[in-house]
Formats: sequence, structure tokens, C-alpha cells
Amino acid sequence: MSKTIECPICGGDVSLANDTIQGELIECQDCGTELEVTNLNPIKLAEAPQEEEDWGE
Amino acid sequence: MKIGFLHSLLRKDEKLLLEACGSRRNLEVVRIDDRKLTFDIGTKRLGFDVVLERSINHSRALHALKLFESAGVKCINESQVALVCGDKLLTSDALQKAGIPQPRVKVAFTEASALQAIEEMGYPVVLKPAVGSWGRLLSKVNDRDAAESILEHKTVLGTYHHSIFYIQEYIEKRDRDIRSFVIGDECVAAVYRTSDHWITNTARGAVASKCEVTDEIQRLSMAAAKAVGGGIVAVDLFETDNGLLVNEVNYTMEFKNSVETTGVNIPGLIVDYAVAVARGTRHV
Repeated sequence: MSKTIECPICGGDVSLANDTIQGELIECQDCGTELEVTNLNPIKLAEAPQEEEDWGE
Repeated sequence: MKIGFLHSLLRKDEKLLLEACGSRRNLEVVRIDDRKLTFDIGTKRLGFDVVLERSINHSRALHALKLFESAGVKCINESQVALVCGDKLLTSDALQKAGIPQPRVKVAFTEASALQAIEEMGYPVVLKPAVGSWGRLLSKVNDRDAAESILEHKTVLGTYHHSIFYIQEYIEKRDRDIRSFVIGDECVAAVYRTSDHWITNTARGAVASKCEVTDEIQRLSMAAAKAVGGGIVAVDLFETDNGLLVNEVNYTMEFKNSVETTGVNIPGLIVDYAVAVARGTRHV
């Protein structure tokens, strides 16, 4: 069963799948903010780092 | 067997790789978050059979790979590959040395000499940051007015590496380019990236569709991979009337949009390759 947690940016509900892992990127469906799962137990979300100049592949 | 999984943020690509690792027996994966990593220069006992690099920051990836290699750990990719692929100028130089067809490239270091180089090449040209990805800060320069304006903006507003002016011939791409995926000694898959925009990165909205790996794509992709040092790379190709041209080679390749599109289990093949390298049955 997925878990729901409050978006730290807009307060909307963010659903997390059971196989969510620490460090994973997810998107808040309400505000569109990219969030990082910074902790699993207890679950904590934070706004993901902003894109930097040398990011890429 | 212990694999070090070097990462920062875990995108869908990394999650697919971790899932592929999780399905292997006797494979221990140790996640190494580059934001938390500290490194003692000179250390030799890290205990990894191989490190698979998946950092999102080029500078962190490059330096961490160098340090892991110095500690005696086999890395995918090697730091030399990251060095060459992370800098378009070095990539073009490597492709040139290997005799691989690519768009014409000029390099200049000042605003005035860059303008001269652009005029010599003829409009339109594409200005790219030597270090950068996802189609960011690319400029298609159609005339002298645009050239003067963009060069001034880069000089005044850009960080220092924006004054390394990488000037590439503009290639009409028929609304698409090709991305091929090389793992070791094989080009395992390819996709077309189609967009109405002249920038055809999927990060910029281009749509991926399956592309058959022709003999030419196989041959040129392998040659490009070899030119930059081998390993696991994604090669961007332009189609022209005179054959394919290699545009870029990417060393931390993103594949999440291409697994279903191609039907190829790219993350599984990457993990197979990493295991083989760790065992010494394949060489990077």
C-alpha cells in the first residue's frame, strides 16, 4: 500500500510507492515541485537541489 | 561481489539500475552519495570490486572516479572517459584523432576571435558550452547581429568556461537525431529523438521512438565509444546526405525513455557488464 505525506512546499498530498528509496526524486502532483526523499523512517521530503551548471549525462 | 553505486539524486534511471542489481544473486550494492562522500587521499582499502558511476554532477563524477581509480578500484566509466566526454572540445578532439565523422568545429577563446571563427564557418552555427548537458545554453546563431549579442552576453554574464567558445556547424536534422547506447563491445539499442525544435534532447521535450541498429550505427557508435575510451556511453548521431555524423558522446547515459521504446533491458545489460568487469571477464 502506498503512503501519503505532505508536500513541504504546497502542503498537498504526495503519494509514495512501497518501493520508494532514500534519495529518490519524486514530483508533487499538486505544485509540480521536484522533491527528494531524504529519509525513509520516518519519511521526510525536501525540495530537490536546483539544477547546477555541470548537471547532465 | 560488492558494487559501489556512486550517485547523487536517484532518478528513474538509477532506480532501474538498483532494481537490476537487486535481482542478481551474490551482488552487494553499496550506495555512495556524492554529497556525503569524503575521501582520504592515498587510501587503498575500499573493498569494492567495481564502482558504477551515476552522479548527476560532472565535476563530482570526474574527481570521484579519479580518486577511486587511484585507490585501485575499477570504475565504470573510467575517469578518462568522463574527462573526454564531459568536455565537448576534448570529445571533438578525440573523434578527430580517430577519424570519426563529426560536424565541423571551431574553438576560440575571446569574443573577437569567436566572432571571426563564426564568420569563417558561415551562418548558421551552434554555440555550445564546452561543459554542459541536456541541451542547456545552446544557441543557434543565424546572423552577425545574433553572434555579437550572444558572444557579449556570454562574456559578460557567463562563468569562466563560457569564454571557451565551442562553435559547431549547424546540421539540418530532419526534425530528429539518433541516440545509440553502447555497452562494452556492442551497440545494444538506438532511438530516434524527434522534435519540432532544433534541439532534440528528450530533456527538452523530444519524443523517443525505436531506431533499428543498422551496420552503420553499430560501426560508428563503437568507433566513437572507442575513441573516448570505451565503457558505457550514449552516442548522439546526426543523419546527413553523406552519412551519419557523431555529435556528442555521453558517459553517464540516461536511458529511462528508451527501455520500453526499444524493448532492450538496458539497465540489466549495464549491470551484467559491471559484474563482468568486476570479475575480470570483461575489460572496461
